[in-house]
Parts: sequence; structure tokens; C-alpha cells
Amino acid sequence: MPLRALWLVCLLAVSGVALAGDTLVVGSKRFTESYILGEIITQTAEAAGTPAEHRQGMGNTAIVFEAIKAGSIDVYPDYTGTIARQLLGIEATDLETLNRHLEPYGLAAGVKFGFQNTYALALLDSVAERLHITKVSDLVHHPELRVGLGHEFLERNDGWPGLRKAYGLPQRPEGLDHGLAYEAIAAHQIDVMDIYSTDAKIARYHLRVLEDDRHYFPEYDAVMVYRRDLPARFPEAWAALRRLRGAISAKQMIRMNAEAELDGRTFRAVAAGFLGKSQEVLAGRGGFLDKLFGPDTWRLTREHLFLVFGSLLGAVLLGVPLGVWATRNVAVGQVILSVVGIAQTIPSLALLALLIPLLGMIGTIPAIVALFLYSLLPIVRNTHAGLTGIAPNLLESARALGLPTRARLRLVELPLAAGSILAGIKTSAVINVGTATIAAFVGAGGYGERIVTGLALNDHELLLGGAIPAAALALIVQWSFDGLERLIVPAGLRKGGSS
Amino acid sequence: MLSLDGVSKSIKGREVLHETSLTFPAGQTTVVIGQSGCGKTTLLRLVLGLMTPDTGTVTFDGETVTPQNAETLRHRIGYVIQHGGLFPHLTSRQNVTLLARYLGRPRADIAARVDMLADLMQIAPDMLDRFPGTLSGGQRQRVALMRALMLDPPVLLMDEPLGALDPMIRFGLQADLSRIFSRLHKTVVLVTHDMHEAAYFAHGIVLMREGRVLQTGSLDDLLHRPAESFVTEFVRAQRADPRLAAA
Repeated sequence: MPLRALWLVCLLAVSGVALAGDTLVVGSKRFTESYILGEIITQTAEAAGTPAEHRQGMGNTAIVFEAIKAGSIDVYPDYTGTIARQLLGIEATDLETLNRHLEPYGLAAGVKFGFQNTYALALLDSVAERLHITKVSDLVHHPELRVGLGHEFLERNDGWPGLRKAYGLPQRPEGLDHGLAYEAIAAHQIDVMDIYSTDAKIARYHLRVLEDDRHYFPEYDAVMVYRRDLPARFPEAWAALRRLRGAISAKQMIRMNAEAELDGRTFRAVAAGFLGKSQEVLAGRGGFLDKLFGPDTWRLTREHLFLVFGSLLGAVLLGVPLGVWATRNVAVGQVILSVVGIAQTIPSLALLALLIPLLGMIGTIPAIVALFLYSLLPIVRNTHAGLTGIAPNLLESARALGLPTRARLRLVELPLAAGSILAGIKTSAVINVGTATIAAFVGAGGYGERIVTGLALNDHELLLGGAIPAAALALIVQWSFDGLERLIVPAGLRKGGSS
Repeated sequence: MLSLDGVSKSIKGREVLHETSLTFPAGQTTVVIGQSGCGKTTLLRLVLGLMTPDTGTVTFDGETVTPQNAETLRHRIGYVIQHGGLFPHLTSRQNVTLLARYLGRPRADIAARVDMLADLMQIAPDMLDRFPGTLSGGQRQRVALMRALMLDPPVLLMDEPLGALDPMIRFGLQADLSRIFSRLHKTVVLVTHDMHEAAYFAHGIVLMREGRVLQTGSLDDLLHRPAESFVTEFVRAQRADPRLAAA
């Protein structure tokens, strides 16, 4: 796979990300508790003298599981019920059974943190009071209730499909981001939502947690899922991590979630506080400007630029020749334009989800491949349009001079189409700046990281701290291309002169 | 040195040239004249190998023109297409020297040749550094002619070189072209629909109608020994008002 090797070289050269095997890579899912546990694992390993990196908020369970199977991460926090029902498709949730099923993947589950975070349904206390609802089976008598569920809960085996069957629930739920569901229920947009039993916001939003009276939800003990070679590769870190067994009670976890979500502490600070380190990290996340110009700004900018321009470079190198080829043969041209057009219509998250198993990795590379595919259409289409739009008498003139095909392309046709081609590249670049924020969902970093974290924390300031730089970058890219146009498009074409 | 032998060509089912045989004498100016759509431009395109004849052959310098050799043969045939066909993204000088630079000719030779041609075409040096879009129609035709003559080809083809120009400019350029043709001793094939131009330039005239050659000969032949009545009609239709002609 020379192409993949090329990407890897680019990646190493430009971003300076070390892929060396001597760093323990910790993953986490896209919700507060997972971020905090991931941070606790990371800091525990670091305290044991092992270099560790936390890829936070990589995505949903499926994406993180793909990542650890592929070896992109070494360990991440999960729950026994989730592992059994969603990942392995089995009923039993004891560690022994789980490990028997995880072994073929080179994985293991262990080190119970000491608390459960089970799924539950909740209503506003006032609504529950009025309708006399205390347990899940009461919902059967209220089909009019609007149920809003996180996308993951809506789909997963141990989520809504099983719950609906177990209780015979008549409601038709709608999917929404978990971070937004609290706002929605408070505003009476929905009546019932799914919650995690350690959610910090249950009390704050005055929610009533419904009793699982038919004991549908399995045990959700928080554990670590790790690669089986981890203990051998990082013995000191492993010894330290094992000491986290039974270290966190449900009460402590709820308090940590509240510190992050309600008091505005950083995950790093919350984890450090738990581990007994009283450092500067205990400071809060601070005001909006602190978030906007946080210490990670430069790193995120670098990552974002790399995603945008790495993919754009590839799209130019392939898109311009494809556009040229499309003009040479009408049938081939139609096929090329259709295929790159179809690539454009695949939703970005779906494309990323498809690319992760296909490439066998998460992070920067699948993100760049996805952005590359999106960038192709404007570049191919504008190259094709620019070339086919050249006046026939100029093409005839070039042929009549006795210039060979390639020389005509280089000396006459491409310069005449330069304005159109550059406009296509500009369109791709600007769209890329926006689309690249999606890359954070698969752990590729960039400004999207703040947006994703902001969503998970329901922190609008942090969300804007990612959205504003992305918008500013889009404008800067636009202006830079306008300037570039003055350099690249031949002077004779800019004055509107004709032959 | 340049001839067509039994050349026919159909485009989209319509015959635009019918079994045409012609010889263009070396060092002379031949004017091909006829109404729009009579096959004049097709004839030039066949000579350049921009089109392949359905039947018959085009011979240049003893070689049959084929798609394989056409590209290099074109280096020895200068062609000025209608409206000049100058590339708008290149300055006049870059337009003129494009092919020579591509072929890797020595820079000093190129510069000397451009100076000579500019002098011949009466193009001021500062004009050469301007883009075609900023030149007048007459200036553009002069630059296009410089481009066609850059490699000093023995043959020069021109398609309506004066067609789009206003009368004053036309008059000046016409006189210059005539002077240049006779000085350079090129084999010139000039296509036009204008009888006055034919009369002005031609050693020999080829009158065409609907893809066929009606008559080949001198102006005198066409005026006094017409091959058929259409020849007389064509010539008469284009005669200027006698009061203007006398002035």
C-alpha cells in the first residue's frame, strides 16, 4: 500500500506526532465520565514513570473498540454490560466470560473501578409526580410521552430495542445528542430521556430516575479494556493501574462528573484532584477568552491545518489529472464526474465510520482520507469546466502551431483554465476547514476537539471556542486564495482581455 | 511543393469538399475565394493535418500529410487563423516565441528573429510586452503573423486575415502584407470572401462554390474567360461603385 505509506510519511513529517511504541495510548469515549476515567488512567501511568497520551473523546463505543482492536490505543474505560451486550452480543457480564470472548481480539477486561454506571430512564420530577410514574413499566400507560434518546442508546443491543421489548413500551423515540437532552427535557421538548446513573445533572435538573422493575439493564461495572500485551509492554504502569481496582465509589464518580460539568473544571484537573495531586491543574476551565485562547490553541491549529492541507494536497495531485482525463473522453468524463459526485453525498460521519475498519486505524489518517474524498469533486469539476470552456479557436491555434498534446496542455490549456481550477481548490479548502471539525469524532484533533468536548459537557463557551477559530480559519483561507489568485492566474486573463 | 490530389471531406454527413485537386505554386500568393461555407477553411485545415481527408492525399514538400507527421510538418507551415487566435494569457512576445522556446531554440536567435519580425511588421517593441487583450485588431493580426513567421516557414496559410478589421486599418495592413509577401518569397495561401483582396494579393485565384473548385486562374481569366456564369455573377456582385473605384 504505497499510498498509505505516503500518508504516514506526510503525517510524521508535518504533525510531528510520534507513533513510537514506547508511549501508552489511552482512549476514551465521548462523554464526561469516559474523559475523566481516561484522564485518571493516563495520569496514573505517568505517575508510574510511563509516557502516556490521552486520545480523548474519540467517538462512540464502536469506534473506540475498533481503535483498540487495531492497536491505535492500548487501554480505555468501559462498562461490563456494554462490553457484553453491545460489543460481544452475549448476556453474561462476569469478567471471566467477557475475557474468554475478548481473547481472540487480543484484548482483556479487568480492574473494576468500584462503581456501576447503569443506564436508566428519567423524567422531570414535576411531570413524573403529576402522572404518578415511578418505574419503567408505568410508561406503558402513557404512550403520549415524547422520548428523546442518545443515538447510541437508541441503536445499541442493550439500549432501546431490548428495553422496548422487555416492557412492551409503545413510545416512538427520537434521537438527539446526549449532551443536549438535559436542555431539551428542561424546556419540555421531550418528556423522557436516557441517563447514566452517575450523571451529575440528575439532581441539578430535578429528574426522577425510573426503577428498572423488570431488571432489564445488566451490570454496568466500570472496568478497563486493554490490549493483552499491555502488562508486558508497560509493567510499571500496569502495576499502578491495577491499584485503581475498587478505588472509585459511585458517589465519588458523581462528584467528579459534577466538578467537570457543573463547576467547569478541566478533566485533567478533576483527575488530578482525585489522584491527590494539588497542582495548578485544579484551577477551573476559566472564562470564555481562556477557553478560546487556551494552551492547546496552537496544537489544535496545527492539527486542523494539517488535516485541511494534507487532504487538499492529495486532492489537487489526483483531482487535476482526473479533471484533465475527464475532458479527453466523454464517457470516461461522465464516469469520473459521477463517482466523485457520489463520494460527496456520503455523510461525513458515515464515511469516517466506514473508513476506520477499512484502513484498520483511527485518528488523522481516516480523517484525511475522508476530507480528501470530499475535496475531489470541486477540484475535478472545476478543472473539467475550465478546460472545456476554452475558446475552440485557441485550441485550434495551439494545434496549428505544431505543439504536441502534453505541451499544449502545459503551456496553453492549463494556464487558460487556471482561474477555474484555483476556484475549485479554494472551494475545497474552505469546505475542508469546516468539515475537518468532524475529524475530532475519530480522535484526529483539530478545532473539532473543543466542539466535541463542548457538546459532551454541554459547555457552549467551549463549543464556541472551537467553532470561532474554525470560522476565522475559513475566512483566512478564503483571503489567502484570493491573494494566490493574483499570483497564479496569468495577468492577461485578469484584465478581462480576449484574443 | 504543396498540393491536393482528389481530396474529399465530409463533416457530419455533409460533403464540404468534393474531389479537389490543386497545386499551390512555390513562392507565389494564391487566393482561395468563395462564399461562407464553400469549403475554404476546411481546405486549410486539411493542409495542416488538423483534419484527415476521406479520400485523396495532401502532399507537402514531397511528403504525404498524415496524422503521424502532421505535427512536425506544421513547424514548416505558418498559419494565421481567423481573428488571430492569440493566447490571452501570454504577452505578444510570448505568443510569438512560444513554439521556438518549446523547441529549445537558442535565446539569442529567438531575440534576433523577434526584432527582425517586429521591424518587418512595424510593431513597436513596447507593444510586444503587452497582452493581446490590450491591442487593437490590426495590431493583433500583425502579432499573429509574427507568430506564424517565427520559424521562417516556407509556407504561410491565412484565413481571412483582414476580415474583422475596420477599413482604415485594413488598408494599411493590406499594403504591408503585400510588401512582406513579395519580399519573403513565401508560398502563401490566403482565404477570403472579398474579391478586392483577391485582386490585390493574388498571383493566382481559386474560386470555390459548395465544396468544388469552379475556376483556377488569374484575375484576368476570371473577368474575361469565366468558366461558368456563377463566376461572372460572383465577380460582379462584389464590384465597387464605379464612382468610388475611380476616386
